[in-house]
Amino acid sequence: MEPLLAAKEIVICCGSGGVGKTTTAAALAAMAAANLGGKVLVITVDPARRLANALGLERFGNVETQIRPEHFAAAGVAEPRGELWAAMLDTKQSWDELVRAHAPDAATRDAILANPLYANITSRFVQSHDYIAMERLYEIHASGRYDLILVDTPPTRNAIDFLEAPERMADFFSSRLLRWLTVPARSRVFTMASKPFYTVADRILGTQFLQDIAEFFLLFQTMYDGFVERARAVTRTLSDKRTTFVVVSTLEPSPVRETEFFVDALSDRKLHLGAVVLNKVLPDWFRDHDATAVAQRMSTDPAGLAKAVTEAAGNAGIGAPDQVARVLAEVGESFLNFQVVATREGEQRAELAAVADVVATIPYADHDITDLAGLLELGSWLWR
Amino acid sequence: MASPVDLLDRRLLFVTGKGGVGKTSIAAALGSLAASQGRRTLLCEVDTKGDIAGAFETAPTEFREREVAHGLWAMTMDTEASLKEYLGLQLKLPLLARLGPLARTFDFVANAAPGVKEILTVGKLCYEVRERHYDLVVADAPASGHIVGQLAAPEAINDLVKVGLVRDQTGWMLDILGEAPTTGVVVVATPEEMPVNETLELTVRLQAETVVDLAAVVVNRVLPELFTRGEEKIFRELRRPDRTDALAAAVGVPGPRGGPGRASVEPLLDGAELAVKLRRTRAEHLGALREGLPPGTQLLYVPELFQRSHGVRATRQIAEALGAELGY
Repeated sequence: MEPLLAAKEIVICCGSGGVGKTTTAAALAAMAAANLGGKVLVITVDPARRLANALGLERFGNVETQIRPEHFAAAGVAEPRGELWAAMLDTKQSWDELVRAHAPDAATRDAILANPLYANITSRFVQSHDYIAMERLYEIHASGRYDLILVDTPPTRNAIDFLEAPERMADFFSSRLLRWLTVPARSRVFTMASKPFYTVADRILGTQFLQDIAEFFLLFQTMYDGFVERARAVTRTLSDKRTTFVVVSTLEPSPVRETEFFVDALSDRKLHLGAVVLNKVLPDWFRDHDATAVAQRMSTDPAGLAKAVTEAAGNAGIGAPDQVARVLAEVGESFLNFQVVATREGEQRAELAAVADVVATIPYADHDITDLAGLLELGSWLWR
Repeated sequence: MASPVDLLDRRLLFVTGKGGVGKTSIAAALGSLAASQGRRTLLCEVDTKGDIAGAFETAPTEFREREVAHGLWAMTMDTEASLKEYLGLQLKLPLLARLGPLARTFDFVANAAPGVKEILTVGKLCYEVRERHYDLVVADAPASGHIVGQLAAPEAINDLVKVGLVRDQTGWMLDILGEAPTTGVVVVATPEEMPVNETLELTVRLQAETVVDLAAVVVNRVLPELFTRGEEKIFRELRRPDRTDALAAAVGVPGPRGGPGRASVEPLLDGAELAVKLRRTRAEHLGALREGLPPGTQLLYVPELFQRSHGVRATRQIAEALGAELGY
């Protein structure tokens, strides 16, 4: 992963929910800041409070915050080569900023910000989250303040939604239907073409609501040019040579399916797949054929083994033979249980190997990450 | 606080949770369990991911429900089809069939007017409940990030849309959603940091922003306790190099790391060590979950099943575990 991060300016971590996108993005950012130098920013969508703490922050918001160098020192990196910054995406605030930047005048700006539909669309409209994440990424990258930006993607219903969000936003605001919809508020003249639409829409939603929508979009249309151009620029950024995608997955069947789908989607759109990272993978030795024999022996003849072990020279103090037998039986059975999962993971891995090269594997962690040292430890799996 | 009501005696259950916790498996198992109890059950996949079909090893599910097991029907939500069905039922609009660009028009309105897609989803589910086509409707609902928006949609529409057909429909939907013994949310979590946090945040938001009752929290993938305290002491003893050697000699099978020496049994001890540590970390998160939930919340535990696959057999095993938890 090191050469990849050294060569790119934007790294987008994506994958299905619960696979560890946020942690992976943060770990990569910490490694880049420690080893590559420059200003590194990680933008996260929804960090666990403990991740904020791990970065040495009480909390972080829409404004970028630097992780103090002392935290690197405490993590055993006396002199990180670069700076690590973090920001969290606040959807509502980001939308407000966008409106402020594009509204033609103060009156329109205030009218939009006060519109009840606006509040609803920006908070509830799922696509608006996807869009604003990409928009903010574009904004920060264009500012030139950072050498490397890592972002984890919002939990979308469909992993590729956010890729299409800028395009869809542009389509949405240039839609013919939108123009139809805004006609009555402008002139109150129904064209022949729009009539059937109104007949249906009126009966379903009521004229007043349509009017509310129309008013909102009339306001929004004053920002149309700026907005559509912006959405196109965001799309260009995604396909820029300096941008790469890192797909994070576990070896559970559902995330693997989504990863395969996502790898295809990236290739269809000619977007750069930088790496596939497998997270929470059980160690290989769980699948070792010889270990199986040992495990079977332990679970089928624990009493015999316990007797031999307790009777061995110097082993008297180990415990009562029946208790030792129970321990051995548990050890054997537990191993065989995990082996079932490890075998299933092996199959999923082989399936995945057919569509993409796995670049890095992070082993199943038996503890949570609570500090920068933990993030760097996880990151070291990605670095090798 | 709702009166204690048997989970499966409810009429409509929304199963949600953070991505990756096994939400679909739990929804499928609840449906399967209800059907095996003789309840006519509909299982609805709200996000088209195809995992319900996988849970029963059937062909992909569609909007038109299909019996996937005895007494259990499964469908996939399709808001456009839901609108068409609704319009066909409610509006006698023969003209509609000839309205070519309906799909595009609908898509546009649904995108422009937040809550329309959501209400068509919730509406279809509530409709099945109201018409009593089924004893129980189980929705494999969106993940915790989106479920509140979905369940709050009828109220949002109520606020935004003052007249019209959609508005007319929100009243009875809210009645069904808000009636505690009828409808409930089942939140699925694993005993891990993020899922536990999301679950706790969700229960607060559900109460603050929706009318829907929290029916139960399912804790999935609970690891068994490997050792008692005394046994763990013995396990520690066995990790002493000389004792590990004695164990390896007793086993007498050449292990993976060559030779019959201690290397042959070390992976097994490492494996047990991992299981013990995982169990300990998870127990902490489980404690945080128990503490953070509203008092009296029904908690159901499903053990880690170490399954080979995610098909019919796994669904049955989870259903059995849930059944045991519910006292069947």
